[in-house]
Amino acid sequence: MQWETVIGLEVHAQLATKSKIFSGASIAYGAEPNTQACIVDLGFPGVLPVLNEEAVNMALKFGLAVNAEIGERSIFARKNYFYPDLPKGYQISQFELPIVGKGSLTIDLEGGTQKVIGITRAHLEEDAGKSLHEDFHGMTGIDLNRAGTPLLEIVSEPDMRSIKEAVAYARKIHQLVVYLGICDGNMQEGSFRVDANLSIRPMGQEPMGTRTELKNINSFRFLERALNFELERQIDLVESGGQVVQETRLYDADRDETRSMRSKEEANDYRYFPDPDLLPVEINPARLDAARQGMPELPDQKRARFESDYNLSADDAGKLTQSRPQADYFEATVEAGANPKMAANWVMVELGGALNKAGLELNNSPVSPSQLGGLLKRIADNTISGKIAKQVFEAIWNGEGDADSVIEARGLKQITDSGAIEAIIDEVIANNPKQVEQFRAGKEKLLGFFVGQVMKATQGKASPGEVNKILLGKLKG
Amino acid sequence: MSLDHSDVEKIAHLARMALDESQIDAYTKDLSNILGLVEALEIANTDHVEPMAHPLHMAQRLRQDQVTEKDHREENQSVAPSVESGLYLVPQVIE
Repeated sequence: MQWETVIGLEVHAQLATKSKIFSGASIAYGAEPNTQACIVDLGFPGVLPVLNEEAVNMALKFGLAVNAEIGERSIFARKNYFYPDLPKGYQISQFELPIVGKGSLTIDLEGGTQKVIGITRAHLEEDAGKSLHEDFHGMTGIDLNRAGTPLLEIVSEPDMRSIKEAVAYARKIHQLVVYLGICDGNMQEGSFRVDANLSIRPMGQEPMGTRTELKNINSFRFLERALNFELERQIDLVESGGQVVQETRLYDADRDETRSMRSKEEANDYRYFPDPDLLPVEINPARLDAARQGMPELPDQKRARFESDYNLSADDAGKLTQSRPQADYFEATVEAGANPKMAANWVMVELGGALNKAGLELNNSPVSPSQLGGLLKRIADNTISGKIAKQVFEAIWNGEGDADSVIEARGLKQITDSGAIEAIIDEVIANNPKQVEQFRAGKEKLLGFFVGQVMKATQGKASPGEVNKILLGKLKG
Repeated sequence: MSLDHSDVEKIAHLARMALDESQIDAYTKDLSNILGLVEALEIANTDHVEPMAHPLHMAQRLRQDQVTEKDHREENQSVAPSVESGLYLVPQVIE
C-alpha cells in the first residue's frame, strides 16, 4: 500500500535574553550547578514571577516575521505535572491567547519549488531544570540553572508530507530565529530543540492516522534519522496487522532508534488554568511598532536583494544568506571594493573551505572582509592572477598582512608588460621546436603546454589572458 | 454538578495524594458540596460579560531584562534534604 506521511513539528527556542523569563537570575550557559537558580526559579513559597519585557519583544519579532496574528492580550497559564526538575509542580506556559497566533512560513524544496507551512501558534513559557542520572548513590541530581529560561514554543500545523519537508521547515525556523537575534540556535547546548509528531495514512485518505511524538532530537541529522526510523516502524507495524499507539517516544542517537517512554503512557492531564500570579499581558500598538522597527532584514528579503543588487544567481544568493554572519561577511567584502560575483565565490569556496578545514567559525576568521576585498580588487585590476591570489590568500590567513603588502613582499605582481611576456614566449618557442611543429600540424591541445612553460618561466606571474593572446598570435603566425 | 468516587480517585492521583477509601468518600461529598455552592452563580446572567483571566482588571507590568540575582546556592541548599556536587538529590526518576 502507498502510505502518506504527515508531520507536524514543535520547536522550542531558548530566547537570547540576559535574565530569566520570570526572575532576575542569569541564563548564561555552562555555570556551576544551581548557581543561577534563585528562589523564584526554585519555587520557594511566597515568591512571585515578574515577566521579562525582552522575552515579550522577542516573541513579537518572531510573530511579525511569520506574519502571524498578534492579539492585544495574552495570558499565562499553569501546566500542572510533577517532575523533580520542575520545582513548582507546574510550568508557567500559555494555553488560551498565546502571544503569537496563526502565521505561516514558506519553505524551499528541491528543484526550486516552495511550500507554505502553517504555524498554529507560538507561546512563551519557562524551561525546566536538568536531571542528571549519573549515579549519586541511587539518587538523581537536579540542576535548576536552566529552570526559568525563556522559551518560545513554535507549533506548526501538520502540513509536512515528507521527512525532507520537515527538515527544511526546521532549518528555516532555525535560520529565522537566529537572523532575528532572538535565539543563538545552538542545538548541542539545547538552545533549539525539536519535537516531531508523525503519523501515516493510506494515500488519498482524509482522516489522520494515530500519531507518535518524538522527543530528544538535538540536530537536524538526528531529526531526519529519527523520522526515518519512526516512519519505517509505523509502516511495518500497520502492514503486519498492528496499530500505532499514541505515545511519546524518545530518540536514541547511539542506537538510531525510537523508544517508548513508558512513564508518559498515561494520558497527560495538565489541568491548564490561568496563572493567578500573572496578569494578562497587553500588547499595545507602540510595543508592536517598536518590535517592527527593530526587525532586521529577513533571509528571504536578503536573498532577493542579493539577486537584484549584486546580480547573483538564485543559488548563490540562497547559499550566501543561509546564515547572517556569512551574508554580512559577503557584503562587507563587496563594500571593501570586491566584485560581487567574485566575492560570492571566494566567501563560499576559498574562505568557506579554509574555515572548514581549520574547524573555525566565520566570526573567528583570520581573514577579515576588508582583507579579502583588498585581495579580490587586485585580481580584478589584473595585478595578480586568480592562481597567485590563492597563494596571497594563504599568506593573509597566516597573518602576513593584507594583500598589497604580501604581493609587494613576495614580488607576486603579475607581468602585464607585453614586451616582457613576448620575450619569454619567444624563448619558449625557440626552445621547443618539436612542439611548435606539432601545434602547427593541428595538435592545438598543445597550447596548454606552451602556457604552462611560460607560467613556469614567469613563476606564474604572467597575466594568463595576455599570454594566451600573444602565444596564439605567434604560434599561428 | 457532582463528582463521583472515580473522579476523586483520579484527581488525587494527579495531585499525588494517597487517600484511603473512607477519605475518598468524604472528599467526594465535600468537593461535590463546594461545586454545588459555586453552581449557585449560574443564575447570574453573564451574556454581556467578557470573561476575565484574572480578577484584577489590570495589565501585567514588565521587568527590564537585567540580571539582578546573585548566587545564593549555599543558603538555598541549606534547607535541602540532600545535596551533592552542587546538585539537589532526589529519589531516582529514570526508568
